[in-house]
Amino acid sequence: MFSSLMFTGLMANTWIAASIVAVIAGITGFFAVLRGETFAAHAIPNGAFAGAAGAFLLGVNVIWGLAIFAIAGALGIGALGSKARHDVVTALTLVLMLGVGALFVSWSTEYAEQAYSLLFGEVYGVSGGEVWPIAGIGLVTVAAIGLAFRRLMLTSAMPEVAEARGVSVRGMEIFFLVVMALATSMTVPVVGALLMFSLMIGPAAAARSVTARPGLALALSVAIALVITWLSIALSYRTNWPLGFFVGIGGALFYLIGLAARELGATRAPAQTA
Amino acid sequence: MSTEPLLQLDGVGIHLGGRQILSDVSFSVHKGEFAAIIGPNGAGKTTLLKLILGLRPISAGRVIKHQTTVGYVPQKIVIDSDIPLRARDVVSLGMDGHKLGFSLPSRSRKEKIEQALIDVGASEFADARVGELSGGQQQRVLIAHALVSRPELLLLDEPLANLDIRSEQEIVTLLGKLAREQEIAILLSAHDMNPLLPVMDRIIYVANGKVASGSTDEVVTSEGLTELYGHPVDVLRVRGRVVVVAGD
Amino acid sequence: MTSGPVLVALLVGGIAAITSGIIGVFSVLRTQSFAGHSLADIATTGGAAAFLIGVSQFWGFLLMGIAASATMEVIGVQRRRGRDVATGVVLGGALGFAALFLYLGTQRTSTTGASFSILFGSIFVVSPDTVPGIVAAGVVTLVAVALLGRRLLLTAISPDLARARGVNVRLTGVFFLMALAVTVSLSAIAIGAVLSTALLVGPAATALRITRSPVKAIAVSAAGGLAATWLSIWLAYESYYWPPYGHGWPVSFFVVALVLAGYLLSYARRPRRALPPRSPHEGAECSPA
Repeated sequence: MFSSLMFTGLMANTWIAASIVAVIAGITGFFAVLRGETFAAHAIPNGAFAGAAGAFLLGVNVIWGLAIFAIAGALGIGALGSKARHDVVTALTLVLMLGVGALFVSWSTEYAEQAYSLLFGEVYGVSGGEVWPIAGIGLVTVAAIGLAFRRLMLTSAMPEVAEARGVSVRGMEIFFLVVMALATSMTVPVVGALLMFSLMIGPAAAARSVTARPGLALALSVAIALVITWLSIALSYRTNWPLGFFVGIGGALFYLIGLAARELGATRAPAQTA
Repeated sequence: MSTEPLLQLDGVGIHLGGRQILSDVSFSVHKGEFAAIIGPNGAGKTTLLKLILGLRPISAGRVIKHQTTVGYVPQKIVIDSDIPLRARDVVSLGMDGHKLGFSLPSRSRKEKIEQALIDVGASEFADARVGELSGGQQQRVLIAHALVSRPELLLLDEPLANLDIRSEQEIVTLLGKLAREQEIAILLSAHDMNPLLPVMDRIIYVANGKVASGSTDEVVTSEGLTELYGHPVDVLRVRGRVVVVAGD
Repeated sequence: MTSGPVLVALLVGGIAAITSGIIGVFSVLRTQSFAGHSLADIATTGGAAAFLIGVSQFWGFLLMGIAASATMEVIGVQRRRGRDVATGVVLGGALGFAALFLYLGTQRTSTTGASFSILFGSIFVVSPDTVPGIVAAGVVTLVAVALLGRRLLLTAISPDLARARGVNVRLTGVFFLMALAVTVSLSAIAIGAVLSTALLVGPAATALRITRSPVKAIAVSAAGGLAATWLSIWLAYESYYWPPYGHGWPVSFFVVALVLAGYLLSYARRPRRALPPRSPHEGAECSPA
């Protein structure tokens, strides 16, 4: 059913890049859900879309357009603070970013496929030239999260105590938003701006429904993201249906499975210590 | 009790947002002592605690902290019930949550966390999600979180607020035990002194921007509080409880 | 500039703007802007499905939106913490289907550009036979709002008070969501499903900043939305002569830009002022001390 041709040529790029993307999405999504910052996972890809469209127009490697606009967006959100974040200005600015992206796309001649692949993903969306930047950004992201792991956990769960211990809550917030921006710049070429939320938040939300242990939830989040990504690539290759479709369905499905598992488990008593 | 205080405030003043919140605050806390900052809401209790932690600027006087590890217990933490963090994980964050990198599992870590959980009586729900715990249970976990770093001074911000009477008593008993058995100095804030009367060594009464410190019998008298408040106040003792009533 | 497509664009855009402006005010007062956003995503799927079947995308937007709004009311979608994840993931699934339908539709009809026009609007190429449907939808919605207007305001202020006065709060809610769905589809046909929330949220929010009176706000919102839309149509027409030549900038871009500009201008008239209290927004993270 799946020929081995699937792993050769352009597809090899896709498998490598998409696997890295899935790992990063799973890790970033775990923290986004932990910190309740899922809004950023909607907002940052919109800005990234505009950047990608612009980069494409200029003939520059799309990743850079994604990264620059995503980071700018992340810093913008960080500067706003949590109240203004949900203000009308932010909502309108986000939509404006999509509008700007549409504008750039309309200026190029291949605007139909372009808009489509930036929004919904593209199984051949990763060219050879993009694998190295993706791998590089992936490495930087993992290293950054590894270094900040404990502080991220502390500031997410107990911001007051973190401040008392000299860890800047605001600093960690900006740090995390920038990490999410980096993750966005990798994820959007593969699954599209509109579906990034599904890949990043779906697995993490499913994982947290199933287990209370943070380490396990993180691992599950990554595992589910990888499974969704691999299945989506294989099925997309086989059927020629868009990658984003499988990712969207996959994210929703695993999330619902997680919910169901939680409901079933709720009939048992809460876990006792060994 | 040793003679050297762990914490000493001398004539401390706090000026915030254009207002003089407190002035001329002086008191000290010694090892194993149980001290409570008592005052109505808005009197500046939380601000005072934050100041001691170094999170608010001092506008006058000084705060002397003898080389102590200070543990801080916030009033509560806001965590959704589906967040994947167990009570045990919150306690583990108390050991090194502020450091870079991530912690490798080790036996001695596990033992210290386990001990802290036992000390506060939270072993039963150590593996439950923090967001699903009751107010009293969560308070215990937060105390364990602070305990695990072996503090000599424990600061608690309104630990009894939002607790039902039974949980209130349990927390007070627990804190009293920690003060006596582990010789940890306790400094907490509350708006009602009555639950604390059995265990309190020193009261720091905050009212009207000023502070009176000493034993309950010394400080909580009609004359003393009238002077503090600046208008007539009666102190009544009813079956071991203290009632402070505004006079005419 | 008086050619057929442009007149149709002005008509469709006008109806979309006025309806969105009016419904938008109610939706902000009822703190249901989030529902509008969700309906827009679902409308995308509907439009794509219509395209696949070979029907005008307006019907797709409309039917899908109404079905979704009915379901939402039944399930009782409220804006609560933790719901943002559920809704976001489920909407992701809907958008996945939109991706599929767009792809299959493009395969079937071998037209390019359909994706772009469904997502970002195709106001200059609205087929004339859908115009009566669009007009009808707009009129029906406005009549419904005229009839329900007072009840909508009352239930927004206090559902309990409304119940005490004999208003069926549930039914009113259902009707409103349906009106919202129709409005979203009107906005979607004008400026695309992805950008449709701009017309719904922007003019209404701007109007509510300028005036506290709901009646005045409705008038200002509708007028503002109309002005933005007609100006955008004119600008888009003119932009054929701007670089890159011969392309023309999308109407939807101008609409979103003008709507945001209008909102920011309202700050110049009046410095930051609190809007009517809203329920805690989804995604509010732990607030530090």
